[in-house]
Amino acid sequence: MKIHLPNSAFLGNIDPFLRGFDPSSPDFLEITANDKWISVHPLVLSMIAALGLTIKNPESIRCEKFEARSKHYLVRMGLFKILNVLSDINIVEHEAAGRFIPITRIRTSDELTKFITEMIPLLHLEAEQAKTIGYIVSELVRNVIEHAKAENGAFLCAQYYKKSNAIRIGIADTGVGIKTTINQSYSAETDLKAIQLALSPGITGTTRREGGTAQNAGAGLFFIKSIASVNRDFFVIYSGHGFYKLLKKPPSKRLHLNADPFKDRHSEEEDMPFWPGTLVGVDITLDQTEEFSLLLDAIRKTYSTAVRERKKARYKKARFI
Amino acid sequence: MKQIILFDKVGAFAENKDIARDIRLQEIMPALTQGEEVILDFEKVGAATQSFIHALISDVLRNYGNDVLERISFKGCNETIRKIINIVVDYMQDGIGSENDADFD
Repeated sequence: MKIHLPNSAFLGNIDPFLRGFDPSSPDFLEITANDKWISVHPLVLSMIAALGLTIKNPESIRCEKFEARSKHYLVRMGLFKILNVLSDINIVEHEAAGRFIPITRIRTSDELTKFITEMIPLLHLEAEQAKTIGYIVSELVRNVIEHAKAENGAFLCAQYYKKSNAIRIGIADTGVGIKTTINQSYSAETDLKAIQLALSPGITGTTRREGGTAQNAGAGLFFIKSIASVNRDFFVIYSGHGFYKLLKKPPSKRLHLNADPFKDRHSEEEDMPFWPGTLVGVDITLDQTEEFSLLLDAIRKTYSTAVRERKKARYKKARFI
Repeated sequence: MKQIILFDKVGAFAENKDIARDIRLQEIMPALTQGEEVILDFEKVGAATQSFIHALISDVLRNYGNDVLERISFKGCNETIRKIINIVVDYMQDGIGSENDADFD
């Protein structure tokens, strides 16, 4: 496998970076980088960490000597440490509080609860903002723990950007991917179709029954996409060959959610290089975070309508002869 | 009357679905089976995920029907938690039958 850290890769312009990922030769990982400057979304770092941990022999990870002036950032985010790759980059470690959450691996439900309790406060957010970030992290990482069958668990990191007053979060796993999970109950023909189903309210791979199972409703990803949609932020999900990006909505006063993610302003691809698992990236701009309570009103309405429409679609029709 | 103090079990952020499942199976369901009423007390719980609330009550609604909402009360919920409970109650009833709002103390 080969991956190249570009000059810039954030959710708005992450597509070329992902297209450049070479998944061939899965027992070997070569990491190269732009030699002037590297500025990347936390999703990129979570992705490389998740890939690196699939390599059983650490000597099969070849990481070129980084020249970019911003290389220290990769050290600080814990990239080389988690890859078990020696780095000759020396840094003075500053207190992490208020700026970022380094790459963290979470494998169990209790680890997640501990992470949320101990790490989210380090971002020093206001109470409402911390709730939103905690909500997103909890739902996304629990998806990995419960559905991904990922031997190495979930990889997460986050960064606060002062200039844009935004939190950017990336979560990666190398599990079975969304198509395999959804197709336990549905028959999505492509990874992109599986992503569309997974983002729809009330669709879960665990059952076709409305209301889900005792433990799963199929609502988590719809909630996260809704948070990003209402806040006019980016949301990216990439699994197998499928890629979906919720694009920023133009400012509007109307709070409207779509049950079908393809009706949102978005971009999609179904022939990306194969990602063996699932990647999710989300940006949350803090000074435009809508009141969560108002969002829930919209979710309630959209969710109920979607469930009723699905039920109605299954109604038997009267036969007139 | 069975009162369950959520804060003692999950702290200020109710998100651990394993704990929700344990509360449902070990406390809510047995109490309802014995004909008791149940109070789920969210006092001091600042936030909850939809997944947590789903794991806590969806199977109760499915097993006992929506009439069970007359035997369960949700106490001390802030506005956000109320709304998440109502979303779960709504979609479960949409799935199993008629409508009924949750009873908040």
